[in-house]
Amino acid sequence: MKIKDIQEEIIDEFGIFDSWMDKYEYIIELGKNVPKINEDDKVDENIIKGCQSKVWLHAKKSNGLVQFYADSDALITKGIISLLLRVLSNQKPSDIIQANLDFIDKIGLRQHLSVNRANGLNNMIKKIKFYAIGYNNK
Amino acid sequence: MDIKKNIDSIRNDFPILSTSVNGNKLVYLDNAATSQTPNCVIDSISDYYKNLNSNIHRGVHFLSQKATEIYEETRFKFKKHLNANSTKEIIFTSGTTHSINLVANGFNNSLKAGDEIIVSSLEHHSNIVPWQMLCEKTGATMKVIPMNQEGELNLNAYEDMLSKKTKIVFVNHVSNALGTVNPIKFIIDRAHSFSAKVLIDGAQAIPHFKVDVNDLNADFYVFSAHKFCGPTGVGILYAKQSILEDFPPYQGGGEMIDEVTFEKTTYADLPNKFEPGTPNIAGVIASGIALDYINGIGLDNIKKYEDELLSYATQKLKTINNLKIYGTSQNKTSVISFNIGDIHAYDIGSIIDNLGIAVRTGHHCAQPIMDYYNIPGTIRVSFCFYNNFDEIDKLVNALNRAVKMLS
Ligand SMILES: Cc1ncc(COP(=O)(O)O)c(C=O)c1O
Repeated sequence: MKIKDIQEEIIDEFGIFDSWMDKYEYIIELGKNVPKINEDDKVDENIIKGCQSKVWLHAKKSNGLVQFYADSDALITKGIISLLLRVLSNQKPSDIIQANLDFIDKIGLRQHLSVNRANGLNNMIKKIKFYAIGYNNK
Repeated sequence: MDIKKNIDSIRNDFPILSTSVNGNKLVYLDNAATSQTPNCVIDSISDYYKNLNSNIHRGVHFLSQKATEIYEETRFKFKKHLNANSTKEIIFTSGTTHSINLVANGFNNSLKAGDEIIVSSLEHHSNIVPWQMLCEKTGATMKVIPMNQEGELNLNAYEDMLSKKTKIVFVNHVSNALGTVNPIKFIIDRAHSFSAKVLIDGAQAIPHFKVDVNDLNADFYVFSAHKFCGPTGVGILYAKQSILEDFPPYQGGGEMIDEVTFEKTTYADLPNKFEPGTPNIAGVIASGIALDYINGIGLDNIKKYEDELLSYATQKLKTINNLKIYGTSQNKTSVISFNIGDIHAYDIGSIIDNLGIAVRTGHHCAQPIMDYYNIPGTIRVSFCFYNNFDEIDKLVNALNRAVKMLS
């Protein structure tokens, strides 16, 4: 699926919730279902700075597509990551680099994050794009 | 004033308490980070700019004289409140952090390699970093008073580390992360028997109980106005006059001089020597109004009421499964730091924030404490006298809801 279509899908899914407590509940459920990453990949160089919770991210490329794996010690963070990876994992590096992630604003996520978490989210996106740029140049 | 009987009218003094968050009435339990501001303090700031605004200590004109007078009266209020010997011992700064930096800087020339300074493991980063910088500059070394599981300092270890090499000891009166009230009178006494100077970080003490610097015999006592219902950007440094006289000035500028020529400048007398430039006049005056306000309620009443809040909240929180409180000293003020099971503090904080409950999560600028407990952080609730019992019930309900969602 294309990045744009996945984003549309997520926006639709969030459309059915009335309150932010329901949205949080959904994000938490997503967080619980994120597959654990290898303990070996939970190394300091994979940590994303700027989060109150710890976030590890690493990437692989196969068949021309980039796969991302991420984990966090906080569930909400994990849920947010899972949304991000659903959109950006298994895509072509050039598409990842150009992706305009407007679903974050459209589902109202950014307004409901603390500044600290919003910064963390930005750093996460930056790091994902950084990986994509790396793979694109290879 | 009986706070319980007057709680509604006290709450009415704080306009921000009627804020609503996502349709829920704000429950503000982050008072250790900053306290809220009553109308009288807010009004005093606007009055200042409407009726008094001018530069102090320099003008001959009506406004300047009037503003100077009130500014200096404010200094007198703090002198009296702390039971200091003279207004020369009260320096206005921009906050606790600034006060500590000013004091650390004062030891730049006298501290040398081989000297030792002692910090406690319960300190806020602002009472650690300026001293580390001092050590880097002078070659002195820093020793750390260890703590125990209850969040109390190990006083035997402290006594063992004191020696003739000890020059400065700096400890907080109350830990912002755990709420422990430290036995500072003992700590000061022991340090003085080795002729070491002692700085007490009183940022979390001044809002909650009466402090008498003379009785404590502290060499330095520092705190911030915004923690006792005053404005941000104002700090108070109490220091013994004889020490301040020997200290080099911290910053150069106007107002702190006696005579300036390009060859040599001589410095003004205390307290001006340490207050260069135009200070936060409106803020300082408003801090005095905040001090009057808490004294109007009465610090003894505040202490009694907040102790009740603390024990009620502690009891209520303990009804939550797997809730672990960090900082269980018998001697505590209005702070409860905790975690629930292995749920991340940040997750709980985010959810209860949506329900209108303001708490702090994280390391609370006291990473060494978190390292001691081997945790990334805690949820911290901290009370002020305007909090009520109903808000604690709301907190506990919100926590239960968050736990249900997160487990
Ligand atoms: C114990 C303690 N020391 C120092 C500070 C720093 O105060 P300020 O930020 O007002 O300089 C705080 C405030 O968080 C504190 O709680």
